[in-house]
Amino acid sequence: MDNSMDVGYSADDKELKFVGKRTNRPDGVDKVTGRARFGADARLPGMLYGKILRSPHAHARIISIDTSKAEALSGVKAVVTRDDFEDRDSEFVPAGEMMVNYRDMVRNIMAREKVLYDGHAVAAVAATSVTIAKQALKLIDVQYEVLPHVIDVVEAMAPGAPLLHDDLFTDGVEPKPTKPSNVAKRLEFNMGDIASGFAEADEILEKTFDTKPVHQGYIEPHSCLASFSENGSAELWCSTQGQYLVRAHCSKLVGMEISKLRVTPSEIGGGFGGKTVVFIEPIALALSKKTYRPIKITMTRDEVFRSSGPTSGGNVRVKVGITKDGKIMACEAELKYQAGAFQGSSVQPGCMCAFAPYDVANVNVIGWDVLSNRPKVAAYRAPGAPISEYAVECVIDELAERIGMDPVDFRLKNAAKEGTQTAYGPKFGPVGFVEVLEATKALDHYKIPLGPNQGRGIGSGFWFNIGGETCVNLNVNEDGTLTLITGSPDIGGSRASMCNMAAEELGIDVGLINPIIADTSVLGFNFLSAGSRTTFACGLATIEAARNAIENMRKRVAQLWDIPLDAVVWEDGAARPASSNAGEFEPMTLPEIAKIAPKTGGPIAGHAEINAQGAGPGFGTHMVDVEVDKETGHVKVLRYTVIQDAGKAIHPSFVEGQYQGGAVQCIGWALNEEYVYGEDGRLQNSGFLDYRIPLASDLPMIDTKIVEVPNPNHPYGVRGVGETPIIPGLAAMSNAISNALGLRMSELPMSPPKVLKAIKEASV
Amino acid sequence: MAKQHVTTTVNNDEFEFLCEPKASMLDVLRDELNLTGSKEGCATGDCGACSVVMDGRLVCSCLVLGVEMEGKSIETIEGMADGEKLHPLQQQFLDHAALQCGICTPGVLVAAKALLEKNPDPTETEVRYWLAGNLCRCTGYDKIIRAVMDAAKEMRAA
Amino acid sequence: MQYEAPQTLDAALSLLAGATGQARILAGGTDIMVQLHMDTTDPDMLVDIKNISELRAITETDGAFTIGAVTTGAELGENEAVKKMWPGVVEGLELIGSTQVQGRATIGGNLCNASPAADVIPALIAANAITNVVGPNGSREVAAEDIPVGPGKTSLAQDEIVVSISFPARGARAGDAYLRFIPRTEMDIAVVGVGISLEVDEAGVCTQARVGLGAVAEKALLVPEAAATLIGTSLDDAAMEKLAAAISAACRPINDRRGTIEFRTDVAGVMARRTAKIAYDRAVG
Ligand SMILES: Cc1cc2nc3c(=O)[nH]c(=O)nc-3n(C[C@H](O)[C@H](O)[C@H](O)COP(=O)(O)OP(=O)(O)OC[C@H]3O[C@@H](n4cnc5c(N)ncnc54)[C@H](O)[C@@H]3O)c2cc1C
Ligand code: FES
Ligand code: FES
Repeated sequence: MDNSMDVGYSADDKELKFVGKRTNRPDGVDKVTGRARFGADARLPGMLYGKILRSPHAHARIISIDTSKAEALSGVKAVVTRDDFEDRDSEFVPAGEMMVNYRDMVRNIMAREKVLYDGHAVAAVAATSVTIAKQALKLIDVQYEVLPHVIDVVEAMAPGAPLLHDDLFTDGVEPKPTKPSNVAKRLEFNMGDIASGFAEADEILEKTFDTKPVHQGYIEPHSCLASFSENGSAELWCSTQGQYLVRAHCSKLVGMEISKLRVTPSEIGGGFGGKTVVFIEPIALALSKKTYRPIKITMTRDEVFRSSGPTSGGNVRVKVGITKDGKIMACEAELKYQAGAFQGSSVQPGCMCAFAPYDVANVNVIGWDVLSNRPKVAAYRAPGAPISEYAVECVIDELAERIGMDPVDFRLKNAAKEGTQTAYGPKFGPVGFVEVLEATKALDHYKIPLGPNQGRGIGSGFWFNIGGETCVNLNVNEDGTLTLITGSPDIGGSRASMCNMAAEELGIDVGLINPIIADTSVLGFNFLSAGSRTTFACGLATIEAARNAIENMRKRVAQLWDIPLDAVVWEDGAARPASSNAGEFEPMTLPEIAKIAPKTGGPIAGHAEINAQGAGPGFGTHMVDVEVDKETGHVKVLRYTVIQDAGKAIHPSFVEGQYQGGAVQCIGWALNEEYVYGEDGRLQNSGFLDYRIPLASDLPMIDTKIVEVPNPNHPYGVRGVGETPIIPGLAAMSNAISNALGLRMSELPMSPPKVLKAIKEASV
Repeated sequence: MAKQHVTTTVNNDEFEFLCEPKASMLDVLRDELNLTGSKEGCATGDCGACSVVMDGRLVCSCLVLGVEMEGKSIETIEGMADGEKLHPLQQQFLDHAALQCGICTPGVLVAAKALLEKNPDPTETEVRYWLAGNLCRCTGYDKIIRAVMDAAKEMRAA
Repeated sequence: MQYEAPQTLDAALSLLAGATGQARILAGGTDIMVQLHMDTTDPDMLVDIKNISELRAITETDGAFTIGAVTTGAELGENEAVKKMWPGVVEGLELIGSTQVQGRATIGGNLCNASPAADVIPALIAANAITNVVGPNGSREVAAEDIPVGPGKTSLAQDEIVVSISFPARGARAGDAYLRFIPRTEMDIAVVGVGISLEVDEAGVCTQARVGLGAVAEKALLVPEAAATLIGTSLDDAAMEKLAAAISAACRPINDRRGTIEFRTDVAGVMARRTAKIAYDRAVG
């Protein structure tokens, strides 16, 4: 993360007309009338329905797969199995903030030698109806040799644990192990001298925390529609956070040239990181390639829980040493994260974020990437960070209590600021943690007195935010309107934010800009809508495209007026002479320039192809009040406030929405959400009745406070806001429950049975 | 599997179709009648994305058989706006940014409309409980509740 | 699969009796539709009983109510007379699912689905409700607690239909209540459910009581030992302690995704105390 990179923009202090305003959302009307087309809403003539046969075992060797009976069923047009996907070499490529390996991915989308988790795909059929496809699945005969399985992360690390892959040797340990294990990797981050740091501490607290895997819980199941042509090209429509990554993965897995695969992103019904990788898309393509008919596959909710990519559960040991007056001297942590059936958990960002909010000289963080018989994890908002920061923020809170210091003051005293050296590498540029904490202290919420059995907790969080490859086109249409073409799916109002920025640059009304999310054939590569990058990176490219369009329009006018380009300026949506020296000309408005474009050189457009750098880190703090029913362990959330630095809120409503949605996901993760496995290694709660995400009736209003400490690397100061809100709430909830009960819990979820157990244990 | 003939009314339009007896009303609406505004989030009654009103009662269309539509009158999200004039709830949802991804929105709107027809002046708690069967993972519900309360106010004044 | 929606009870009975293969009764469908989707049922015929008028009626004679089996939660919640007399039963039915589910889920369906965690069953047991069952050989009366025999299993034959549920008339100083524990505030299956119905004398002493207990055994239970702790008391603290102990002793739950044995046993006692207080307050008036 390099914050010093100069992108050549300067923040503009003139009055802003659209940036920061709650403008209309261009896709809004279609989304309140039911017209917007999501993943499952597409159909094509001649379409077939795909269904996937999934493993009932947590771990088993596949001895044979006999599909002949299924193929013979009337209405069945194709069956695919492992034999239809060529094996791939081990090769890591970035997917969101995480890496994926094609050798693993080809095995994850369709089991090869073994099934590695309950729900692992084993075969797929295409048939003329869903009913026939389901019948056909029952006719596929798979012979398994059931193997012992392991679900828990600590058990998976133990010697003698059932092995998922006998060719996996732990990376990052010396000497290199000679025996395979379930531990894929060891990482370490070091700064200063941890031993002397602890030696200087007056209070040291060391604790171990446990969290369970949770699911992103997007309401829209994965869905796609693939259509292969006899000429070797294919079209794919799907619900995704990144059509270009889908194209990259699918072309690799199916074996085709990138230019031959055109991926169109549908409207997306939530992703939160879970729609950054592929599951059903390559299968639909493979079935279509066999039949040359369009294939539609939609996951059931049960499949979403069993067979997509939840996030890791983790076991985290944290040790922090402080002085009597509250200065943090040393921080140590060891993180064990579940990767699922293939390597690649989010333990690395977990390690990097763990202590990033604090200015500490001595830090040591060790991370382990551990496999077990669960679905391969995917990103879930700020992947990895909530798990480690939850543990750290609980320890910080307890230490503050021990020395009798206000928890906000304690954080203020140690808060990272401009110039703070992080353990993972860079020194921070301007960051807003201090401002966030000051805003927290000033909240009315902080002053509300609490009743019996009530408690208040705070927690803080940090996320890097990212930039990345981005391409934008801005077409100036003949009538003076504009079409803004971006490649980032709109998960929560980003079209509106892009239009705000483009309108601001162009000095025209925002309503004149129509934003389009392009398919992969329209623009060059765009990275995902993930990592809180869209408003930052796609925003930068939009601004650059707008500036490029302005320059092109100035050129046309300069040519028309026959004066140098320098002598034409752009103000309030029109080209004007820079000064009276340039000559006497009436300003030419954008529509006027557009109208005569054919005569001045043809169509006008602006472009940007960038690799956005200089994302500004995001800090946030959550404050929550809870009430605990001491007889049942039930926790009620009474009040909640999110305080976060947005850099600049381009569209405040959608920034608030990110804060509120993240906070409620924290509440769910903290109180009830978890993957529950039976002794047999099968998932027991693969539906929304037993995977309990928060309901409207569970919650109060979620108050927000947007802090704006501009990111100098973006013309309007944007940092990105999507990830940070999922971090602080886990510890805030835990600290609030602690405060209400006068005891400390160290596991999530804090479901009623666990809370009641903690109460009983404390009262003995 | 013999299909059954069904005649029904959806958003005041009469439809006739042949229905697989096992198909849900949601399947019929989406696949047979091409009314894809009702969404499938679970198909088991847990998420409310498929909410419709059938003969005046709010139901999950995934929990009703297609053949049960016979003779019934059904209202879906597609029938909520009057031409280009949005229903006050729809407009309030836009004004409040009460949707992020928008997948839950059709179901929430249909459910909220059913609430306001029954109870034009609900308390915040009543709105929250009425909508408990409509899951939204994006918004944290805050803006949804505010939009419903404001729409109720607007409709009472009208 | 064949779908039939007969208009009369006789037609329904002959469809069920004449069916080849498995025939299942469809009421609100909120259980059956889920089973169809999850592929855990594959009947040859569904007999939709919602159009049969006898099954829809709610009648009262001298304080004794009879509620048609296909009455939904939404409909029962709109019936002020029943709500006044049997608030606990109405609570049990109204707790089921969401507003959407309320529009469909029936009282008979909840009973006949025979889930150990069904919300209306403990309330029916407490209310001493009698189910009126009709089959090819005529009709019979079955106590509510005798309908479920195990998870998803009833004492009914495949061709029998629950037509209605009758509630005895009772004195003025009577009250019932149903409470359940769930992790959220709605949309959850009971971890524990307790229904209590009781009557008091003029001095506020409990003269009669029945206690139904759900989600802690293979089926909902009638717990006379728990009822006995209430009779002769004014639900003082000592009685409440005994009630909780009797309830916990009656629990034989399992560990599952919804709760642990320890938790269920513990919270059952808590819920019983709270339920008893509400029923008592209602009885005293
Ligand atoms: C989202 C959701 C949430 C739920 N939450 C709850 C909850 O909180 N508490 C709870 O208890 N349940 C809950 N349920 C389960 C279900 O809604 C209830 O059990 C409901 O009362 C069933 O009634 P029904 O009319 O829909 O039954 P149906 O599905 O129509 O039938 C259920 C069973 O009973 C049989 N049957 C129905 N009527 C008769 C009759 N008259 N005579 C003989 N047999 C009959 C059917 O053949 C079937 O076996 C929930 C379901 C869903 C989908
Ligand atoms: S799709 Fe019907 S409730 Fe979820
Ligand atoms: S807006 Fe995405 S689920 Fe509600």
